[in-house]
Amino acid sequence: MKKQRLVAMLAAAAALLVISAIAIIVVRSRAPQPVAQAPLTPYAGSSGAVTARSVGDGDDGQWTMAAKNFASTRFSTATEINTANVSRLKVAFTFSTGVAKGHEAAPLVVGGTMYIVAPFPNNVYALDLTKPGAPTKWTYKPRPLSAAQGVACCDVVNRGAAYANGRIFFNTLDNRTIALDAATGKELWQTKLGEINLGETMTMAPLVAEGKVIVGNSGGELGVRGWLAALDADSGKIAWRAYATGPDKDVLIGNGYHPFYAMDRGRDLGVTTWPPEAWKQGGGNAWGWVSYDPKTRLVFYGTGNPGPWNPEQRPGDNKFTTGVFARDIDTGAARWYYQTSPHDLFDHDSVNEQILLDMPVKGRMREVMVRPERNGYFYVMDRGTGEVLSATPFGHVTAYKGVDLKSGRLIPNPAMEPREGQVVRGICPSAPGMKDWNPAAFSPLTGLVYIPHNNLCMDWGSYEASYIAGTPYVGADVKYYAGPGGNRGVFTAWDPVRGRPVWEIKEDLPVWSGALTTAGGLVFYGTMDGWFKAVDQRSGKLLWQFKTGSGIIGQPISYRGPDGHQYVAVLAGVGGWPGAIVSNNLNTADATAANGWGVAMADLPQKTTAGGMLYVFSLSR
Amino acid sequence: MSSRCRARLAALAALALLSACDREERQSRAQPVPETLPTPRQSILQPGVPARTAADPRARAYENNSYQMSQGQLLYQKMNCSGCHAHGGGGMGPALSDAEWRYGGSMEEIVATIDQGRPNGMPSWRGKLTEQQMWQLAAYVRSLSAQPRQDVLSSRPDAPSSTEPATLQSRQPVVPSSPAGVQGTSR
Repeated sequence: MKKQRLVAMLAAAAALLVISAIAIIVVRSRAPQPVAQAPLTPYAGSSGAVTARSVGDGDDGQWTMAAKNFASTRFSTATEINTANVSRLKVAFTFSTGVAKGHEAAPLVVGGTMYIVAPFPNNVYALDLTKPGAPTKWTYKPRPLSAAQGVACCDVVNRGAAYANGRIFFNTLDNRTIALDAATGKELWQTKLGEINLGETMTMAPLVAEGKVIVGNSGGELGVRGWLAALDADSGKIAWRAYATGPDKDVLIGNGYHPFYAMDRGRDLGVTTWPPEAWKQGGGNAWGWVSYDPKTRLVFYGTGNPGPWNPEQRPGDNKFTTGVFARDIDTGAARWYYQTSPHDLFDHDSVNEQILLDMPVKGRMREVMVRPERNGYFYVMDRGTGEVLSATPFGHVTAYKGVDLKSGRLIPNPAMEPREGQVVRGICPSAPGMKDWNPAAFSPLTGLVYIPHNNLCMDWGSYEASYIAGTPYVGADVKYYAGPGGNRGVFTAWDPVRGRPVWEIKEDLPVWSGALTTAGGLVFYGTMDGWFKAVDQRSGKLLWQFKTGSGIIGQPISYRGPDGHQYVAVLAGVGGWPGAIVSNNLNTADATAANGWGVAMADLPQKTTAGGMLYVFSLSR
Repeated sequence: MSSRCRARLAALAALALLSACDREERQSRAQPVPETLPTPRQSILQPGVPARTAADPRARAYENNSYQMSQGQLLYQKMNCSGCHAHGGGGMGPALSDAEWRYGGSMEEIVATIDQGRPNGMPSWRGKLTEQQMWQLAAYVRSLSAQPRQDVLSSRPDAPSSTEPATLQSRQPVVPSSPAGVQGTSR
């Protein structure tokens, strides 16, 4: 580990030297008006990875979906705010959502309007950026059922909306997808997709492509059967719905299904890899991120943990939970699937973002997706076939012994396997994983992936869970604590080509916010005690920070305002799974509070208080 | 007399002494109780002269009874209460081991909450649990904040992980969110 870090530091230093020796050519977007950008020139010493060319880095200064683009790079080409002047970043305006729960959403910016979807009760606000102070243009209140709060596993969060064709699409906690007229806030349609009485909720940010709104459900901790659905963007009609468990016809597996590895092939694996009937409450929820490749018309997303957590109650591989799907956007038919954690032992969902890149692998440019996975491995996969090209741990792992690239199978460490009636200690990464939902960002300038993540280990005690629809279905008492080094969070700049860290920043608290990269050479992220930070992409040097009113677990974005200037925005408001300690006022004397965060977050109530607030920054002028 | 023999005698004497202690009363056969569940008030504001409500006799019978409490503990795990409220620290649902009670912390109020459900996510268990089970659960829930007498609290945590036995927990004050002046049921 030490040696690795030394090598990484040397590499970073070398890269810096090279870079300072030559003039950095960056494109300045002088004109406030639409598009027209020169191609990006990567820094000397770039890893060689670029944004998937089928998507590209095209940037019109707006931010129309949570992950910025179909490739999920979260990269803004704006350069007005850069490493040289970021120290002059000041608050431009703020906006209170009035909600004291976890704010995990990314704001959207379309034209002169910013759109925010708040946590439960999921009010949507449109802010007029053309006027001083960005007053509210309209508000939409979906009035979700109050009882929905009782079946949301990890605080009543919402991860954001999506914009397409004059419409705003978002999900409510009580399982509705709603389309609004972006100009007026008028409801155009709403479709009910799930049932809170079965423990179902919706928290993810939709992805809109080819006239389809792609959404999925949450509820892996309540034995909810997972699905991903495509709705017609015009009418809200369900075009297709693909379940994660059950017979092939439910999973939309047909003739076109060609998984790369033998372990993922077979008939009705969604039934046969489970004890009888267990697939009906088997989880595999698509509550995370969706990417899309317009060239192949494939939608990529991952499935969540199987239910219950207690693995002894579900012998078998538990298909198609904890894996990655590629599906045809028109029909939903599965093209390939790869199970990252067959027979998941530790709640290691596979819902994390897939960033679509083109990069050299063994000397050949490959069309890949990279996934900083919850199980602790950074996967590089061929996005056409689902082949794993590499899987490298990006933190301390004791739970597994690696990934067998031949069979594709993750190799569990037998010493760490949970057994009923005993406590297994020192499992790393913990259930929230090396990295949870909070998305990484990619910079085509450095070719690096910037990963906000955890450094946590855990003790795990299994017990038999009873399935009662609409109540938790877990069967494990867990307790998290800091991993080696004592820091609970890390912000890592990862070289996906060489499979190693370039630099890392140790954070005291778990890093539960998303990341944002900009062509100004900066990467932004927030901490759970409320520091919003700007760091040099190449060196990891902290260049600017601002203390917000509450812990940050949101997704920062950057846009060009109607005045032509660059802005950076983030929602503060602690909560989410670890932050529920504060937002739900939990008692940390109990280590198992918030499903294991009690002791790990005992200091959080002293470090931050709850309260949702949008912060928007620009250079002082 | 060997030392081992002496130790045995001492142990016997200790047992004899203990048997003379005042153990909690447990009815081997349940006495008839009113059919209707209590519906405690949810507000301390009562226009005009506040009415006095008599306490439900079952509150006392269940609360300071270690058998009922340990039955409640079993139910708490089996019926997935622990899934939301953890071992008192809370999670999806509020903490039960602290001093805050959104809907009141008396036995009657806890039973009413289990029976009726509450609007922000607490399900209604009516028809799923018997009245007796609800009272047992309430007795256990109160033990999470160490409200009952120390000598009836459970010292055996059922959970495999290291949660503190209730006997070692510090007593939390009961903050009445309702009704007036109710400080638990030990009045």
